[in-house]
Amino acid sequence: MSKSPRVALLAAAAGLALALAGPLVAQPVHKPHPAAHPHAAQAPAQPLPPAAARMGLGREALPEEIKAWSIDVRPDGKGLPPGKGTVRQGDELFQAQCAACHGEFGQGNGRWPVLAGGQGSLKDDRPEKTIGSFWPDLSTVFDYVRRAMPFGNAQSLQPDEVYALTAYLLYLNDIVKDEDFELSDKNFTSVKLPNAAAFYDDDRETTEKSFWGRQPCMKDCKAEAKITGRATVLDVTPDSKTAPKVD
Amino acid sequence: MTSHSDDFAPSRRRFLGGAALAGAGLVAAGPARAETAKPDPLITEVQDWNRYLGEGVDKHPYGVPSRFEKNVVRRDVPWLTASPESSVNFTPLHDLDGIITPSGLCFERHHGGIADIDPANHRLMIHGLVDKPLVFTMEDIRRMPRENRIFFLECAANSGMEWRGAQLNGCQFTHGMVHNVMYTGVPLRTILAEAGLKPKAKWLMLEGADAAGMNRSLPLEKALDDVLIAFAMNGEALRPEQGYPLRAVIPGWEGNLWVKWLRRIEVGDMPWMAREETSKYTDLLADGRSRRFTFVMDAKSVVTSPSPQAPLKHKGRNVLSGLAWSGRGTIKRVDVTLDGGKNWQHARIDGPVLEKSLTRFYVDFDWNGGELLVQSRAIDSTGYVQPTKEELRKVRGANSIYHNNGIQTWHVKPNGETENVEIS
Repeated sequence: MSKSPRVALLAAAAGLALALAGPLVAQPVHKPHPAAHPHAAQAPAQPLPPAAARMGLGREALPEEIKAWSIDVRPDGKGLPPGKGTVRQGDELFQAQCAACHGEFGQGNGRWPVLAGGQGSLKDDRPEKTIGSFWPDLSTVFDYVRRAMPFGNAQSLQPDEVYALTAYLLYLNDIVKDEDFELSDKNFTSVKLPNAAAFYDDDRETTEKSFWGRQPCMKDCKAEAKITGRATVLDVTPDSKTAPKVD
Repeated sequence: MTSHSDDFAPSRRRFLGGAALAGAGLVAAGPARAETAKPDPLITEVQDWNRYLGEGVDKHPYGVPSRFEKNVVRRDVPWLTASPESSVNFTPLHDLDGIITPSGLCFERHHGGIADIDPANHRLMIHGLVDKPLVFTMEDIRRMPRENRIFFLECAANSGMEWRGAQLNGCQFTHGMVHNVMYTGVPLRTILAEAGLKPKAKWLMLEGADAAGMNRSLPLEKALDDVLIAFAMNGEALRPEQGYPLRAVIPGWEGNLWVKWLRRIEVGDMPWMAREETSKYTDLLADGRSRRFTFVMDAKSVVTSPSPQAPLKHKGRNVLSGLAWSGRGTIKRVDVTLDGGKNWQHARIDGPVLEKSLTRFYVDFDWNGGELLVQSRAIDSTGYVQPTKEELRKVRGANSIYHNNGIQTWHVKPNGETENVEIS
């Protein structure tokens, strides 16, 4: 690397560098948003217009319609359908419907997600983030399997099947040890996942406060700049096999 | 001069400086001298396109780019994911200019493929802690007062492959999970007002109609602030891959929240802890703990040219070009260094400077063929200064996958070839 930049910046009028520090071009076509506060999530909520101002658009949702689409489950158990399933039943279902991608024991085939193991690896160079090692809430397993699995045949599982699969995933992660364990809407919220306490809300504006308000150095900021890593060493960029054909 | 080389693709051959590069020489010599040059046949001879009729107005009811732009496409990284239906591709930032991303080049990220929905068959349901649960058709949505807004959408995992060091050669791959378009839609607060909120309402769950039933929890404060429920982008209907016929627009916040094919909004009093806000899109830190609900995208910038897919081809006059954005407000300033951070200059910002939108910057410079270490540094309206990757790793470790907004370095070699590097 050369010691001094071999790039000559073009001088603009009056010998100033071409890029001036002056006011930046601004064409605010947006009207200011109601909350310009940087912490938008904490901005005071704007009151909604009164009911009298409603447009009367849309129609009332029927209870059957709400029920048909309400497939979500929360950590407090809200949304759990009545039902039950055992580890054994889940094992059978898992081998038939899930193992092709996730592996017999949830170890993951190829790049498909690993579902079990990895406990104690979260500080490692290559953490293994599974249901047992990482996920905070069991309801997430139920909610996700019910809405999105099996991949390509979503929402095809009955509630009892989702309970059984969830029980089997607990077993694969050593959270339950008994093959006869039965998970149901009655005992669901009593099962806790081991990594639940390790999650906390975004605190960047406190812990990374030093990124705000700096006056960065502009001239003679360091003596040298050495290359410490190169993408070509890894050479994992898609090659011409996947890029568009070149004539 | 051609706008970009037709023979360029981000191939290994190209990056490694194979025959095409080393043999032919990437960098042209100085300007040709008029007294020694032969007349240009492109000027002295009548060309086909100048003599024969071109295609008529009936040939392209929906226009597409020139055939000479065929390399300006989204690209994916096959090794990244197990299947293309739950995967991502990347915006070709190095081939674009201005601040608006053409609709067909906006990066895609799906969890269950692209849902194919006739708008006549689409429904949006609002229920939960509301006075009156409602179902809307697309016709209903289009009868509500609408707004037009330009916002960037950045995936929280943009640059996520670079946490452990320089990996991918091309700003398309390192920074291409971002796009910027004008949305037309109805403020979510307008739609919520139709249903009326119960006093305990605090969080919403947004859910897609796709085969992943993508769902995310959204704080009510944000929903009442600047969230749009959009049906159009860049003046026309949303593209299928961007959520046709209806998507959420969550300005300044990570792209995963912008639920596509939006079918349901449930109002509740706590977050749902869906898969995409617990097992994914949480930031694992060095101490083994994880930050969640890291919604806001920190200020970030990247030089799009020169970059590995857009090498320097000429000594003398050149245009350095790049993009800057912040999820907290507007871009106030962009600094650029060509010598690896020894000296910096203010870039020239051109075009609209909008809140939570991409902002375009330039440095017009002469290049004498020496090595360059190019970086850009964004500063936003809250005073946030884009940190270096090392500064980020110091506070977060290298396992967080998401929210890598560190300063990018491109190494321009004397032949113009440009590589993704990290520097001391």
